[in-house]
Amino acid sequence: MDTHLSAAPSAKLSIRGVAKNYGLVSAIAEASLEMAEGEFLTLLGPSGSGKSTLLMIVAGLIQPTAGDVWIGGKLSTYAPPNKRDIGVVFQNYALFPHLTIAENIAFPLRMRGVSTAEAAKKVARALEIVQLPTVAGRLPKELSGGQQQRIALARCMVYEPSIILMDEPLGALDRKLRDHMQLEIKRLHKQLGITVLYVTHDQEEAMAMSDRICLMSHGRIEQIGSPHDLYYRPKTVFAADFLGDSNILDAKILEAGEDGALEIVGGSKIRAPIAAGMSGGAAAKLVLRPENLRVLDSAGTADNIVEGELSEVVFTGGMDRYFITLPGGVILSTKQFTDAAAVPPAVGSRVRIGWRRDQAVVLAAE
Amino acid sequence: MNGATAAEGGVDRPPLWSAGWVKAWPIYPLLLLLCAFFLYPVLQILWLSFIDRAGDLSTENYVRAATTPVYLRTLGITLEISFWTTAYSLLAGYPVAYLLATARPRMRDFLTILVLMPFWTSFLVRTFAWMILLGRNGAVNKLLISMGVTDAPLPLIFNFTGTMIGMVHAMMPLAVMAMLSVMQRVDLTLVSAARTLGARGGSAFWQIFFRLSVPGVASAGLLVFISALGFFITPALLGGRQQTMISQVIISIIQEVLNWRFASALSVVLLAASAAMFLLYDRLLGISSLSGGAASDRGGSGRSGFVGRLGAALGARLVEALGWICDRAGQAWEMIFGVRADRPSAHLSRPALGIVSGLVIAFLCLPSFFVIPVSFTEGSFIEFPPKGFSLQWYQLYFGAPDWIAATLKSFLVAVLTGIAATTLGAAAAFVLVRQPIVGRGAILAVVLAPLVLPRIIIAVGLFYLFAKIGLVGTVAGLVIGHTILAAPYVVITVMAVLKTYDDRLDHAAWSLGASKWRTLIHITLPQIRGGLIASFLFAFITSFDELTISLFLTGGATSTLPRRMWNDLLLQVNPTLAAVSTVVLVFVTVFIIVAEVLRRRSVSS
Repeated sequence: MDTHLSAAPSAKLSIRGVAKNYGLVSAIAEASLEMAEGEFLTLLGPSGSGKSTLLMIVAGLIQPTAGDVWIGGKLSTYAPPNKRDIGVVFQNYALFPHLTIAENIAFPLRMRGVSTAEAAKKVARALEIVQLPTVAGRLPKELSGGQQQRIALARCMVYEPSIILMDEPLGALDRKLRDHMQLEIKRLHKQLGITVLYVTHDQEEAMAMSDRICLMSHGRIEQIGSPHDLYYRPKTVFAADFLGDSNILDAKILEAGEDGALEIVGGSKIRAPIAAGMSGGAAAKLVLRPENLRVLDSAGTADNIVEGELSEVVFTGGMDRYFITLPGGVILSTKQFTDAAAVPPAVGSRVRIGWRRDQAVVLAAE
Repeated sequence: MNGATAAEGGVDRPPLWSAGWVKAWPIYPLLLLLCAFFLYPVLQILWLSFIDRAGDLSTENYVRAATTPVYLRTLGITLEISFWTTAYSLLAGYPVAYLLATARPRMRDFLTILVLMPFWTSFLVRTFAWMILLGRNGAVNKLLISMGVTDAPLPLIFNFTGTMIGMVHAMMPLAVMAMLSVMQRVDLTLVSAARTLGARGGSAFWQIFFRLSVPGVASAGLLVFISALGFFITPALLGGRQQTMISQVIISIIQEVLNWRFASALSVVLLAASAAMFLLYDRLLGISSLSGGAASDRGGSGRSGFVGRLGAALGARLVEALGWICDRAGQAWEMIFGVRADRPSAHLSRPALGIVSGLVIAFLCLPSFFVIPVSFTEGSFIEFPPKGFSLQWYQLYFGAPDWIAATLKSFLVAVLTGIAATTLGAAAAFVLVRQPIVGRGAILAVVLAPLVLPRIIIAVGLFYLFAKIGLVGTVAGLVIGHTILAAPYVVITVMAVLKTYDDRLDHAAWSLGASKWRTLIHITLPQIRGGLIASFLFAFITSFDELTISLFLTGGATSTLPRRMWNDLLLQVNPTLAAVSTVVLVFVTVFIIVAEVLRRRSVSS
C-alpha cells in the first residue's frame, strides 16, 4: 500500500487526480480540488463539462476510473453512498412520494438507528430551520416546488453530514423563486456553518452564492478561485468567455511586462500588463469587459484609446449596449449606464473608446 | 339590440353539426358493434341463466350448479390454478421487469422483444411445443435422465405441473409488461437518494423501489388472475382430469348436450368470480391505479377503509423486514469478501439478478423453437431428438385440402379483422382523446370490457345469437367476433399515440388553409402511422391465433387453422402439427418483422 503518498488530508473534502472514462469517452480527464470546513464551493460549467459526474463520484453513485476521494479525512473512493458522511440534494428533490414530509426527513435518522422520540425532535427542529413547521403530515406532492426544495434541504441537514452536495437544486424553479431560494440557501449555509459542494450551469447563481468557483469544461478544471478572481482575472479564454460578456480580440505581443504592449488587428497599439512568460511576436488574446469601456468626449483621456464607428445602439433598460466597429473590422461592445436626459451619439458617427491599462487581461492564444 | 337577437336564438345559436354528440360520430360504429354483438349477447346469457326448463324465471340452474359436487370442485380448481399461475407469474416476472426497468434503453428494447416472444407466437404452437418438451420421452426428461438427475421419466405433463408450466409461460409476459409500466415511472433517483441518506442497498430497494412498484404488482396480479380464470386450452392439453377448469365444462355442456341455460349459469359464475376480483382490488388499491398515473400515490380510493389501512401497515412492516434481511445478507457477504474504500468491490445483487432473469427469459422464449426440429422427422411419431430428416410432413400439410382451406380462411379472417378493428378502433380513439364527450368513462369501460371479460362468455353469447340469425360458420360472423376482441387493443394503442401527438401541428395545418379532412389525411395520419400499423398487426395476430370463438362458430369444412389444429391436438398428436406449427411460427415472425421495419421507416422519415 502506498498510503505514505496519500496521507489523510485535513480538508473536509479532498479530490485527488480523479478521472472517469466511459469506454473510450472521457467524462472527467483529471480533477483535483480541496474544500475547507464551512466552505461553499460551486462546480460551474456548461452541460457535458463533467461537473455532475464529479459530484456523483463524491456522492458514491458513480465510481471513478482513477484517483482518490477523501471525505472528512476518510478515504472514501469506493465506499458505498450510505457509508459516506454526505448528504445530497437532487435536482428534482427526490422526496419519497409515498412517505409524509416528516417520514421523509426522519428517513436518514431511521437508517442510522436513531430512536423514534429523538428523531421526532430533530425533524421538528429541521422543519423550523427551513421555516415550514406545519407541513409534517403532508405528502410531497401537496407542497409547491419551493417548499419541496426546502424539505429536501431539511432532510439533508437533519443528520449533520460532513458535506452537503447539491446538484442543480434550483434548476426546476422559476426565476423569482430561484432568486429567493439562493438567499435562503446562503442563509442556511451561514447559520449552520455547513460545507456545501454545489453544481450549476448558471454563472450568476454561482457568483452570487459561492466562496469559490471551480470552472469546468470538457471534463477538465479550467480555473478555481473566488467569483471576483474568475471574473476579473480569467486564466483561459474559456473562463473569460463563459463568465459574463467579454470582448476577446486577436492580438500580437510587442513587449511583455507589467507595462507591456501589444498590437490588435487594425494596427492600434495597446498597453496592458502582460505575463513575463509571453515573448514578443507571439499571438495572444486581449480580453476587455464591456462595462470597463468608456465612451470619451473630445477632451477625455485614458491609458488606451481606440477610435471607431458606432454601428448599433441597443437599449436594454438600465444599460445601453454600443457596438463599435474598429478599423480592420473588429467589433467592440460596451455597456453604458442610461439616463433619461442623455441622448446616445448617432449611429454612424465616430466615437472614441478608452479604458485603464489594468482593466485589460492578456491571455495566450490557444 | 345585439343581446335581444341572441336571446331570440336566431343566428347566434351554434349549428347542429357543432353539437358534441354529433361531432362524436366516429365513435358510433364501434359502439353499435359492441352493443349488438357484445353487450346484447352477454346480457342474453345473463337472462338465460335465470330461465328454467319450462321457460320460467327461476334460479334452477344456479341451484344445480351449487348442489352438484363436480361443478363446485371445478370452480375450486379454476380458482386454485388461477391463484398459483398469478403467484408464479409475479414471482418470476418481478426480477425480469426490474431488470428491464433499470436497463439501458437499447438493452431494454432487446429484452422486451424476448419477453414478448410468447405473446407473438401462436398459443397453440406454444402449447404444442410444451407437449413435445414435457412428455415421457420429451426433451426435458431425456436431458434429466442423461444428466443422471433422475432414473425414470418424471411425470411433467397431464397433471398440475404441466398446467402450471403452460399457464405461467402464457401469462408471465403480461405480468412483466404490467409491472414494467409502473416500474418505469418510478424515479430511480429516489433509490440513489435513499442510499445517500444512509440506506443500505436492501433497504433502499425494498422500502423505496419495491414499495413504489406495488401498484404495478397488484395490477399485474389482477390481469393475470382474471385472464387465467377463463383458460381452457392449456389445462385441456397439458393438464389431466384433475385440472379441468370451468371453461372446459362450459364448452362440453354446449358441444355435447347443448344446454344453453346451464352453460349460461356457469358463465355467469365465471363472470362473478372476475367481478369479485375487481372489487377486491378496488378495495385494496383503488381502481384508479390500474389506469396508471398513481405509481406515486399513497392512497387509492379504497385505502381509507379499515382493510386497506391494515394492509398498508402490514405491508410496510413486511417491506421493512425484507429490507432488513437483504441488508444482513449483504453484510455477511461483505464480511466474507471484504468491502474496502480504496478499491472497487464485487457486488452480489446485479449478477444474481442477471442470472435469474436470464433463466426466466430463456424459459419464455426458447420452447417454441422445439417445434422446428420435430417437424423434419423421418419417424411417424413426435419425438425428441427427431429421427433423420424428411420433408414428408410438410408435403402432407401442403397436400391436404382441408389444412390449406383452414389456413387460407384464417388468413382471410385475420386480414378483414385487422382492417375492421383498426378502422373502427382508431376512429373511436380519436373521439375519446380529442373530444370532451359525455360519459367518457362509461364508454371507455364498454370499449375495453372485451379485454377483461373471459372470452368464453363472449363466445357462448355470440354462438347463441349467431345461431338464430344464421351467422354460424360464416366469415362475417368470425370477423365480427374477432373484431370485438381486437378493437380494445387498437383503441388503447391509438389513444396512447394520440396523447403524445402535438395538436399544434394540426392547428398549424388549419391555419395554413387545410380543411379538417385534408389535415387528417396529410398531417395527422402520417404522423401516427406507426401506431396504426402496430394496431393492425395486433388485430391480425389476435384473430389469426383465436380459438375460443372459432371453437363455437366453426367446425368441419368451415374450420380456421387454430380450430383445425385443436382437433388434432386433442385427438391425435402427429408430426404434421409440428410442420403446421413451424409454418405458422415462421409466417408470424416474418409478418412482425416486416411490419416493424415498415413502422420504423415511417417513424424515421
